[in-house]
Amino acid sequence: MLEIKELKAEIEGKKILNGINLVVKPGEVHAIMGPNGAGKSTLSSVLAGRADYEVTGGTVSFNGKDLLDMAPEDRAREGVFLAFQYPVEIPGVSTTNFLKTAINEKRKYLGLEPMEATDFLKFMREKMELMEMDKALTSRSLNEGFSGGEKKRNEVFQMAMLEPQLSIMDETDSGLDIDALRLVSTGVNKLKDGKRSFVVITHYQRLLDYIVPDFVHVLYKGRIVKSGDANLAKELEVKGYDWIKEEVEAGA
Amino acid sequence: MAEEVDIIDQVVGQEYKYGFTTNIEMDTAPMGLTEDTIRFISAKKNEPEWMLEYRLKAYKYWLTLPDPNWQNFHYPPINYQDIIFYAAPKEKIKLDSLDQVDPELLKTFEKLGISLTEQKRLTGVAVDAVFDSVSIATTFKDQLKEKGVIFCSMSEAIHEHPELVKKYLSSVVPHTDNFFAALNSAVFSDGSFVYIPKGVRCPMELSTYFRINAENTGQFERTLIIADEGAYVSYLEGCTAPMRDENQLHAAVVELVALDNAEIKYSTVQNWYPGDKEGKGGIYNFVTKRGICLGDHAKISWTQVETGSAITWKYPSCILKGDYSVGEFFSVAVTNNMQQADTGTKMIHIGKHTKSRIVSKGISAGKSHNTYRGLVKVNKKAEKARNYTQCDSMLIGDRSGAHTFPYIEINNKSAMVEHEASTSKIGEDQIFYCNQRGIGTEEAIGLIVNGFCREVLNQLPMEFAVEAQKLLAVSLEGSVG
Repeated sequence: MLEIKELKAEIEGKKILNGINLVVKPGEVHAIMGPNGAGKSTLSSVLAGRADYEVTGGTVSFNGKDLLDMAPEDRAREGVFLAFQYPVEIPGVSTTNFLKTAINEKRKYLGLEPMEATDFLKFMREKMELMEMDKALTSRSLNEGFSGGEKKRNEVFQMAMLEPQLSIMDETDSGLDIDALRLVSTGVNKLKDGKRSFVVITHYQRLLDYIVPDFVHVLYKGRIVKSGDANLAKELEVKGYDWIKEEVEAGA
Repeated sequence: MAEEVDIIDQVVGQEYKYGFTTNIEMDTAPMGLTEDTIRFISAKKNEPEWMLEYRLKAYKYWLTLPDPNWQNFHYPPINYQDIIFYAAPKEKIKLDSLDQVDPELLKTFEKLGISLTEQKRLTGVAVDAVFDSVSIATTFKDQLKEKGVIFCSMSEAIHEHPELVKKYLSSVVPHTDNFFAALNSAVFSDGSFVYIPKGVRCPMELSTYFRINAENTGQFERTLIIADEGAYVSYLEGCTAPMRDENQLHAAVVELVALDNAEIKYSTVQNWYPGDKEGKGGIYNFVTKRGICLGDHAKISWTQVETGSAITWKYPSCILKGDYSVGEFFSVAVTNNMQQADTGTKMIHIGKHTKSRIVSKGISAGKSHNTYRGLVKVNKKAEKARNYTQCDSMLIGDRSGAHTFPYIEINNKSAMVEHEASTSKIGEDQIFYCNQRGIGTEEAIGLIVNGFCREVLNQLPMEFAVEAQKLLAVSLEGSVG
């Protein structure tokens, strides 16, 4: 589904990604971990198409298409979803209206008719129940005045609504207390259907207690320096990142 | 960066949708303005002597006035001898029968989305269509008549309802009010007249559609709306003009009178041609709009969505004379490219327990400048007057400007006046967030701007709120970069 080869990217002349290789197959959950400044958030931004970053090398293919060649909105319409670390507020625009626009833009791209208002509301109600979302949140302005936990839950709710094939979660756990973390993780787990894939970016192992990854990759200095299964995350939790850094320095 | 430039290139080519011209033979006044011009206009309209006298009085006063210069924008001096002050389609039109209206004209209004023919009319909205200097047709007249509502062109009202016109014309905006009001009083051609009798709730929305077509022509319409005791009316005006390289002047006067317990809701969706992206051409929209709550518990509410015109210069205002009367002003002003706007309101509290509310949303994109200017004045005897003002500006890109000039004059200690203001910038982050959900950049800006204006758009009648939303998105196309 997703195939990243030798991906290199920089921002304002500063090299951040130095050759990332990653293959994500349908239904897989990949965790990307690493110390601060390793390039985790850059990777998610580059995949989503944020303009601040310049891709200087490598390829990314998504379902056989060249992802890097697409505008950010087309990547989204093709089925790439990014759960933001810091979701933005859009005053005066309700989550309902926002999602209706998003879904219909995607449908237009796919050559489908816009969704009927009643169908949309029914669909939304179902997803709200599934995600245990508070009704009041969807009629309020998008993310405006939401708590940190509410914002992150709203990201996962949007994920449920847009039904992406690939969800990239950028430090979704940051700033969440344990209850919010559990709610968010439960939501994500409900979306797993054996076909959808997830790339979970996190600094800490604790999120991975709830969203259990098939693969764990350690990102350091813009490269994946170690890969393993869920046990690798546990090992990192105990030993920290220093031993990996040492391994890398020794190898280099 | 390259991508952003692409977006600009793609959309600046976007044409002003209403920029076409209608080829029709016109009857025009000789170019320029003299006493003869005024006599010509008055004679064309077959006006009574008192009307001509009023015009001449206004003209003489206008001659004594210097051009105003206090505004927060620049425009080259207007040569009033280069303007045609009266232009009307040549064919003699009988207002009662649409069959006799030139099909070219009907087609023009069809193109603008305003159907004057019976079968296609917007249900629930009566329309008066004004083409250059004259009213072409007024729909639903008979249905309105049953309720005693008068909705006709100003020219017709001067003949049919002289007592009402004499009593109220110039009573809210006297000819001495300002430079452009004096000019309008001298040369006004047509416009709408509305009278809602005592206790009548007007059964449908009333609407006037203004279209400038002729070249070198100014449009000077005059609108007068009177809501008698306990009456209610909702009125909406829309405007467009062809694309031309020279600037055209639109100097209208609108007067509203609300008696005891009456309510007038006046909405404007203004989309005059804004000029091209270098600032060439476009309409100068210099308009005086004012309402008076003459009676107790009267209410006047202005809602405006201003997206067009090279320059917009207007302050729809309320004089709150009756005790417990209420004035409201809801405004969205959008400027893009080289457009300029200096707009706002005046709330004059005279009666006791009068209340006013101002919500202004200014959006500046391109190299445009957008000014809010507002006055809240509480007179000595206006016990317990209250005002709430909220004034928000949004900037798109980094070459536009937003300015705010609030004036507050309080002469009564019991007054409560609140003013809140904010300025924000449409963020790359907000746009990217929308992009990431599959919403393209242009749509994203439309969405964000509409959200910003939500409070004001909610005030518009349903049929027009949707149009206004689309208009906002269209007028900001190509504003990213």
